[in-house]
Order: sequence, then C-alpha cells, then structure tokens
Amino acid sequence: MDLVTAKAIVLGASALGAGIGMIAGLGPGIGQGYAAGKGTEAVGRQPEAQADITRTMLLGQAVAETTGIYSLVIALILIFANPLIGLL
Amino acid sequence: MEGFGPRIMFYIGDIVISETVVVTWVIMAMLIIGAWLLTRNFEKIPKGAQNVVEVLVDTINNFTTETMGEKNRVFAPYIGTIFLFLTVGNLIGLLGLRPPTSDVNTTFALSMLTFVIIHYNSIKYSSLGGYVKGYFEPFPVLFPMNVLGDLATPISLSFRLFGNVTGGLIVMSLLYQALASFSSMIGLKTIPVLQAVIPVVFHVYFDMFSGILQSFIFVMLSMVFIGDATGD
Repeated sequence: MDLVTAKAIVLGASALGAGIGMIAGLGPGIGQGYAAGKGTEAVGRQPEAQADITRTMLLGQAVAETTGIYSLVIALILIFANPLIGLL
Repeated sequence: MEGFGPRIMFYIGDIVISETVVVTWVIMAMLIIGAWLLTRNFEKIPKGAQNVVEVLVDTINNFTTETMGEKNRVFAPYIGTIFLFLTVGNLIGLLGLRPPTSDVNTTFALSMLTFVIIHYNSIKYSSLGGYVKGYFEPFPVLFPMNVLGDLATPISLSFRLFGNVTGGLIVMSLLYQALASFSSMIGLKTIPVLQAVIPVVFHVYFDMFSGILQSFIFVMLSMVFIGDATGD
C-alpha cells in the first residue's frame, strides 16, 4: 500500500481542484455570449456604427473574461507549480 | 512536473537567462532594425515603404486621440510601442519561438508600466490631495475596496494576456504531441506526417486571431485606464 503516499494524495487532490476550478469557465462563456448577442442586436439596429459597437463589445468581453482567466491561472499553478507539495 | 515553462538557455554569472529573455531580444532586434531600415530615407513625397510607416503611425495617433481625447496625444508613442511589441511577440509563435507574453514576468512588467503611468497622471491631473481624496469616495468606508480595485488593475491586465497566450500555447503543444502519437500509431514514428497541415487552422486562431486581439485589448484597456486617470 505504499502507493498511497501523502504526495500522491496532494497531487490527486490538486488535479481534481484544477478541474473543478475550471468550472469557472462557465461564467465568462455565458457573459461573452450575452455581450455578443447584444452587440449583434445593436449592429442590426444601427449598421453604420458597426466599428464602434464591435470595439466596445470586444473590450467588454475582455473584461468579462477576467474571472475565467483567474481560474485558468489557478489551475495552471495547481498543475505545473504546485505550492502544496512544498508544505509536506 | 516538467511543464510548459520557459527553458533556461544559459547563465551570465548568477543571472538566469531564460527563453523569454532571448526571444524578447530577438523581437527587440527585429523592431529596432525594422524601424532603422524603414525610416532611413524619408522624402517629402512618400513612396514605397514610407507609405506603410506613415499609415501605421497615423493609425496609432488617430486611435489614441479617438479613445483618450486630443490632449492625450502624448501617449501615442507609448501605446504604439506596446502594441507593436505585443503584436510581434504574440505572432512570433508562428516562427516556432516561444512567445515572451506566455511568461507572466513579461506581461506583469508591461502592466506595471501602465500602472505607474496611471497613478503618476492621476496625481498630476488631480493634485495629491484630490488623488488621496479619490480613495475615500463615495464613502470613507469604501477605502479598502478602492485600494483593492486599483491593485487589481495591473494583475487583471497582465493575467488576461498571460492566460490567453499560455492557454493557446498549451493547447497547441498538446495538439502537436497528440498528432505525433497518432502518427506513430499508423507506423510513421520517425517522421510525424500528421503534424504537417492539421495545426495550421489552430495556429490561425490561437496565434494570429487571439494574439492580435489580445494585444489590441491590452493596449485598449491601458488607454481607457490612463484616460480615466487624466480626467478625460
């Protein structure tokens, strides 16, 4: 039973944590889709303002993406630069 | 676990020179030599490459004044430099080099530049008293929230760029590994033929579309934040 070491448990739990953390990707997906939908509506209503609308939409989407990027960074840290192993 | 971090190329004394730094030198050399070659023989009536340079400079100038107002034209060189560096940096993945923006050190350094400019201009345009007072508005209780919000600006700015580029980099290298193992499954172990054409469409998305879009967004957000600070 020496496979179940403390390190193995930490590594397994970190991998699970990284996977669960990436559920946060749901939020930006919904948010960006909503922004894109509203942008499409706006272009449909005012086609001459397309350049401005696209720029504003991309900017808003980039800000909405922040939470997803945070979770990606946390998942990357858990997988590639795990700080928890050092605590053992 | 050996991951997707930048390789260590060599040491100068005790200083570690990583792949990021070397690729940044390559980009700097490309930009400097490009600028020197393109701006060498300017004439009154532009022709050839001079047209391209003038259009580029005009676009960046107009873009800056459109977003930040006419009085902030002084920021156009900064914005243009960052935009060129980030665009070349993100596109250099197409040459098989590792984009320097996939290292959080690069992106955080760039966002710290923007952070310093934001706060310098904030103090310059609203005086020290107004600057400090801004942290206690609308209610003094919100002081910690205001400080946290200001500190989050460079972090979110740098992690957005870093996360997007690194995510693309990891997906691309996983794809290459998968194609190599598929190739060896059909008996082509020495020459991974499947790596030849299939990744192209992914490169177009992850390197070209995402790279240019992310450098645009970094520059755009920098301009919005700096414009806010100058009280525009």
